[in-house]
Amino acid sequence: MHIADGVVAVPVIATTSAIAVAGLGLGLRSIDDTRVPQVAVLSATFFVASLVHINLGPSSVHLILNGLIGVLLGWAAFPAMFVGLLLQSVLFGFGGITVLGLNLFNIAVPAVICGVAAREVIATSRPAVAAAVGGVAGAAAIAMTAMCVAIALALSGQEFLPAAEIVVLAHMPVMAIEGLITAAAVVLIKRVRPDMFPSRRTVAPL
Amino acid sequence: MAHNHSLLPGPLVAEELRDLFAGIDPRVRLVAACLFCLACVALGGFPALVMGLVIALAALVAARPPVRVVLRRMMAVEGFMLLILVMLPFTVPPTGAGDVLLSWGGLTASGSGLMQAARIILKTTIVVLTLTALVARLEPLEFGRALAGLGCPAKLVTLLVLTVRYFDVLRRDLIRLRRSMQVRGFRARANWHSLRSVGYLIGMLLVRSFDRSERIIAAMRCRGFTGAFPLDRMAPLSPQDFGFAVMAACAAIACLILDHAPL
Repeated sequence: MHIADGVVAVPVIATTSAIAVAGLGLGLRSIDDTRVPQVAVLSATFFVASLVHINLGPSSVHLILNGLIGVLLGWAAFPAMFVGLLLQSVLFGFGGITVLGLNLFNIAVPAVICGVAAREVIATSRPAVAAAVGGVAGAAAIAMTAMCVAIALALSGQEFLPAAEIVVLAHMPVMAIEGLITAAAVVLIKRVRPDMFPSRRTVAPL
Repeated sequence: MAHNHSLLPGPLVAEELRDLFAGIDPRVRLVAACLFCLACVALGGFPALVMGLVIALAALVAARPPVRVVLRRMMAVEGFMLLILVMLPFTVPPTGAGDVLLSWGGLTASGSGLMQAARIILKTTIVVLTLTALVARLEPLEFGRALAGLGCPAKLVTLLVLTVRYFDVLRRDLIRLRRSMQVRGFRARANWHSLRSVGYLIGMLLVRSFDRSERIIAAMRCRGFTGAFPLDRMAPLSPQDFGFAVMAACAAIACLILDHAPL
């Protein structure tokens, strides 16, 4: 779900980029110095996971998993996703440099909102409940991302309104897919390595 | 085929063609590429956009990346962006009778909508070509050092360099896990079982990565890591670098002037 260069209006880009930079700063501050390699490995994992395609009717979608990123990384989701977007756009040369901040805003803001809301519940409840909460967070993050993309398009001109509506509609099935996959991933992690979801009351967060 | 030890997953670095920008400081290349892209995205008229495209193409020829990779990247516009472009002629209302391209049933295609779609395609192409020419051939470590040299926080640079480092390692981990699923008869279908299996796959990948990161941190601490790599200071800019910077600035300014000059 990347918006390309030259589509969205400048004020929209400027506002979202400013918020993205602020989030980036907060995210970097939340990472303990010696934990940087851990965040890097998890950010690389999500980058790799985005290579997984799910068949959906005649086409396929790739995973975003921003809800799960938010649950695992909290504010550090900003720098982790920024690195992914930067590598994609600049180092691998896929374009989207002027909209880097906008694209980061669209995926990282929902990630942090869902993550911060869900991580404590996931950390403290039993696997079945954690899975349900994780699934809702995963679906909600995609819904918010789709809304952000649609709003950015709609604010850029009347002519993009139909496209904005299509974005929201097209993300309904993606929401369901990401919700289910996030729920399954949360169950597995809860059973195999529950300390990956540290509770604020027991251990210091990542 | 030799095993690919490059940190980059793409084949760009492996190519042996000479890159004419190889001698230019990475910081200058990065800033020049970003400024030129910004200038081109701000353009409105076709003469200036075509000029930007010609300049980007010239830079690409000088960088001599493999043609196949460039073509693949230019095609990498996502389905939904394509949809927006195709819809634009129909969603932009015609400015007058002369603007109607075709009218079919309830649909009217406008010339101004077609123009807007063409502008977006031109801008996207210029950005991809410029980045491929100037930045994509940098080694990830060089790229990180350039960012640090431009004032990017050390923590972010460390994060970037390590992410690139482990991307390829984890991609192989994913391939291994998927292969073991396939050996056990897993076929991806559109059902609940498939989705749950993919979810478990992602969860397992994360658990393994988490364990791996614990080992990495332990190993790095043993070697004195305290949060950032000692990046050595970059060499001062050479006259050649300044020359290139001036050229890039002139190119960007020329496009902007052409765009605003009354023709």
